[in-house]
Amino acid sequence: MTSNDVAAPSRRPRVGMAASSWRVSRIWVYRLLFAAAFLAFWQFASGRLADPFWISSPSAILARLSEWVRTGTLQYNLMITFKETISGFLMGATAGVLAACVAGANDTIRRTVDPFVTAVYGLPKVALAPLFIMWFGIGMAPKIVLAAVSVFFLVFFSTLSGVREVDHKMVEALRTMGADRLTIQRCVVLPAAMPWIFTGLKLGLPYGFVGAVAAEMMASNAGIGFLTQNAAGQLDTAGVFAALFALMVVTSLLNEGLGRLEAWIFRWR
Amino acid sequence: MKVCHAPETVAVLEIAKPAVEFKGVRKVFQSRSGPLEVLRDFSLVVAEGEFLAVVGPSGSGKSTVLNLLAGLDMPDEGHIACNGAPVDGVNTEIGYLTQHDSLLPWRTVEENVAVPLEIRGVAVSERRDRVHAMIASVGLKGFERHHPRQLSGGMRKRAMLARTLIYNPSTILMDEPFGPLDAQLKLVLQAELMRLWSESRKTVVFVTHDIVEAITLADRVVVLSPRPSRVKLGERIAIGRPRSVHDVRFAPAFEDHYRRLWGAIETDIGRQPHDQQ
Repeated sequence: MTSNDVAAPSRRPRVGMAASSWRVSRIWVYRLLFAAAFLAFWQFASGRLADPFWISSPSAILARLSEWVRTGTLQYNLMITFKETISGFLMGATAGVLAACVAGANDTIRRTVDPFVTAVYGLPKVALAPLFIMWFGIGMAPKIVLAAVSVFFLVFFSTLSGVREVDHKMVEALRTMGADRLTIQRCVVLPAAMPWIFTGLKLGLPYGFVGAVAAEMMASNAGIGFLTQNAAGQLDTAGVFAALFALMVVTSLLNEGLGRLEAWIFRWR
Repeated sequence: MKVCHAPETVAVLEIAKPAVEFKGVRKVFQSRSGPLEVLRDFSLVVAEGEFLAVVGPSGSGKSTVLNLLAGLDMPDEGHIACNGAPVDGVNTEIGYLTQHDSLLPWRTVEENVAVPLEIRGVAVSERRDRVHAMIASVGLKGFERHHPRQLSGGMRKRAMLARTLIYNPSTILMDEPFGPLDAQLKLVLQAELMRLWSESRKTVVFVTHDIVEAITLADRVVVLSPRPSRVKLGERIAIGRPRSVHDVRFAPAFEDHYRRLWGAIETDIGRQPHDQQ
């Protein structure tokens, strides 16, 4: 009887958990149904309601994707775009955080550069691509730079607002303990701004990706952007869709990775 | 020496070495509704090893006195010294326990308590030993790995106290540290503070609005006048140590102290100009 009494209170949360996990799996069933219905309609429409030349079909796209995987085209080009995005992202994010820390610590600097930074931020970043291609050629460099520039501004503005919102009480507490400015930045300002930094990173990642792919579309011989542009040049609709699909998968994976990293960093909350 | 109006205080101060000195200090803040003079011709001496409590009507410059001594604010006139040296920047000889929670929420208790040692470059192994000893002495053993949000208000105060005491500052400033806590917890923490203080006998400047708390803890209580504030009354507490926080109020001298201090504050309550907010 005793074991029954002990077991009783723990039963309720388990039921709750089972119910909520069932709700989650039910949503997954709906999602699969939705995707299946969409693809089935597309397959049906292709050749019946619309010319496959314009809309291709899921089966043709799948065939193209598997061909690309078999020949290694997809892996090769994905890796190129991935490298460009990640390098650009790391460069832009690091520069953004550092610049925001400097601007946040010194009000004169911040107010001096503010209108200029805002003006450049207002430019569509894609408009810079021709300039970077002129400067750096058609290799990976201009893509990395465009990705970095796209990421920089988002991370900079987000971090700056975080840095400026830091609780002054914590800063003063550390000052009376004898901390110098660098220690205060490291021990208080940066960790306190972390949630804002992460918001900037999460916003910045897809923009960095857009920057890399956009530059690839303008001038390159490798990468997913090149693959898309190349397929379109040959009027290969299935190829364009296959490349777009690959892009979609990559962004989802990148976002998922960032989300996990965030959960790990903010485990104190 | 026109430091304090109570003659017995002056007699004691002449013997002991001053740890803290305010001479003719004036402090004006700029507020939206114009300048706000918080302290005028403010003078105060705290002897080394003395536990001083500062009471006064709300809005009098109690916290300003601590911020000036910590070097977080600068006086407009006058002179402030700590252990004989003028305070002309952030004063790192003091430990400042503020009313507000200033623990770093992303650090565990032991990591928070270790901050002052990290700043001083204490070696990791020594740091760990000292942190653990200090955490045990404030009664937080078993909570080393907890984050501040997992602690109760009283436990956070203990953690802040540990962080203040660990680097052994010569003077400790406390700004209503037990203000928001419930009455029972307040007594417990007061008793712990008494125990820790009697082990080290550091100079303490303790700001509170609670007269009973001031009498319970302090060697001397000063009452501030309304803004612009100065010391209105200094009262040496004639209750022997060790004191029990529970029994202090039954000591024969308690009632006299309470009546005099309350009398000094009462006349000013409601007379504080409400030019703030």
